Amino acid sequence: MIPLYIAQFGIILAVFGLLLVAAAIMVYSERKVAALIQQRYGPYLVGPKGMLQPIADVIKLIFKETLRPKGADRILFMLAPLISATAAFTAFAVVPFGAETDLFGLIDHKISLQVADVNVAVLVLFAVTSVSLYGIVLAGWSSNSKYSLFGALRSASQMISYELSYGLSLASVLVVANSLSLTDVVNAQSGNWFGFIPRWFVFLQPVGFVIFMIAGVAETNRSPFDFPEAEQELVAGYHTEYSSTPFMMFFLAEYINMVTAAAVATDLFLGGWHGPWLPVYLGWIWFLVKIGAILFFYIWMRWTLPRLRYDQLMTFGWKVLLPLAALNLIVTAAGVIYFGN
Amino acid sequence: MGTELLLFYLFGGVAVAASLLVVLGRNPMHSVLLLIVSFAALAALYITLDSPFAAVIQIIIYAGAIMVLFLFVVMLLNAHKEDEDVAAGGPAMKKPLYMGAALAVVLAAELVWALLRAARAQDDLLIGGASPDAAAIGSVRGLGQLLFTDYAFAFEVTSILIIVAMVGAVVLAKREL
Repeated sequence: MIPLYIAQFGIILAVFGLLLVAAAIMVYSERKVAALIQQRYGPYLVGPKGMLQPIADVIKLIFKETLRPKGADRILFMLAPLISATAAFTAFAVVPFGAETDLFGLIDHKISLQVADVNVAVLVLFAVTSVSLYGIVLAGWSSNSKYSLFGALRSASQMISYELSYGLSLASVLVVANSLSLTDVVNAQSGNWFGFIPRWFVFLQPVGFVIFMIAGVAETNRSPFDFPEAEQELVAGYHTEYSSTPFMMFFLAEYINMVTAAAVATDLFLGGWHGPWLPVYLGWIWFLVKIGAILFFYIWMRWTLPRLRYDQLMTFGWKVLLPLAALNLIVTAAGVIYFGN
Repeated sequence: MGTELLLFYLFGGVAVAASLLVVLGRNPMHSVLLLIVSFAALAALYITLDSPFAAVIQIIIYAGAIMVLFLFVVMLLNAHKEDEDVAAGGPAMKKPLYMGAALAVVLAAELVWALLRAARAQDDLLIGGASPDAAAIGSVRGLGQLLFTDYAFAFEVTSILIIVAMVGAVVLAKREL
């Protein structure tokens, strides 16, 4: 028997470490999948099949010189990447990734596989996302460079615009699940309809799922919505002036945000850790498989779709996605009242 | 009780210190950020009051939405010039100063009134026993129920006010639609 707080601490450490590893895996798979799509080899020299390439990248970045542009705000310039990275890690704290477990009998009573089981988990996610915006905005402003500032402005307006549709599509799921806690939402999706269709909310909320995925791509600044980093216009967007470890933090934050977005989508729409064949205590394997599928989809999209124009992005967000999300929420709410859950 | 009091003093202290620095600071950009710190400390105080919903909403609305707007305004309007005018005590600052002083007096009066009322309510509570459903009201369900029943009128009036403000902003910003 080990005390509860040690188990909890172990979970926190595991989540922290796994997120770092996940970011490394994402960098590697992004390059490999890109190579696959473009009929190249991708990284293949460092380690077996180039698998140690992310480590080589990290070592290279650490040994670069940390540059600060003339006239940059010294405190804010260094604070911005810290805010980004911290927010990225914090967001995952409320995401459950497995059924309640007693860790194979190591502790007395069951604990849930997540850092913090908050009863307003979904709102905490929103709060953390809105705080992570400051990392980007401050990076752009404090760099004292026009490219950074414009990149940051675009990022910020894009995130604010798409956060509305993101929230509305999420709210329709919460209405169906009748709870704000992600654990409750996942548990509402266990079992099957008619014996073979899993009770995932993606079947109840197909429109919501599509809106959520599109808005999620925009929230994480991924292609085809990666305007903050449109090279031809803005060099590298808000992190143009960053190098070395601070740059690495932005990079890390970006990939962790992707993982978190995929994990939240899995919890909300794809039944979280519920799936056939595997026993409940191995549910996290299903969770990983689902996250992997969504992340592959993200990468696939990045290397096959061209970037939209900035005004197209804004028009699409405000005039198509937002009304659609609002309509979806209203229909869902009416359905819940009519059918009584 | 000990930890709760400790946390109250910690976050209360942070909130007060950050707010003071907002007013006393010279760099408007830093002032905006310190205001966010102050809001975050307030959110932490809400959590110690068993009201996580209010805390999270505080962060989403104030730190997330309103302060981003402030930040944009400060960033894009180059507020440094006005800052120098304030430092010089220029004539442009006389009127706003009087206005500010008047508002501060009103705010202080309201605060004293509210505190006195709260103290009286506290006495009533102590006589009638602790309020049983304080936690229930703090929850999302309880809050929603109160908003759409007891306070429905105030809620609707607020929404109309916000819509009017939105329409006004659009009309002012875009003269020709």
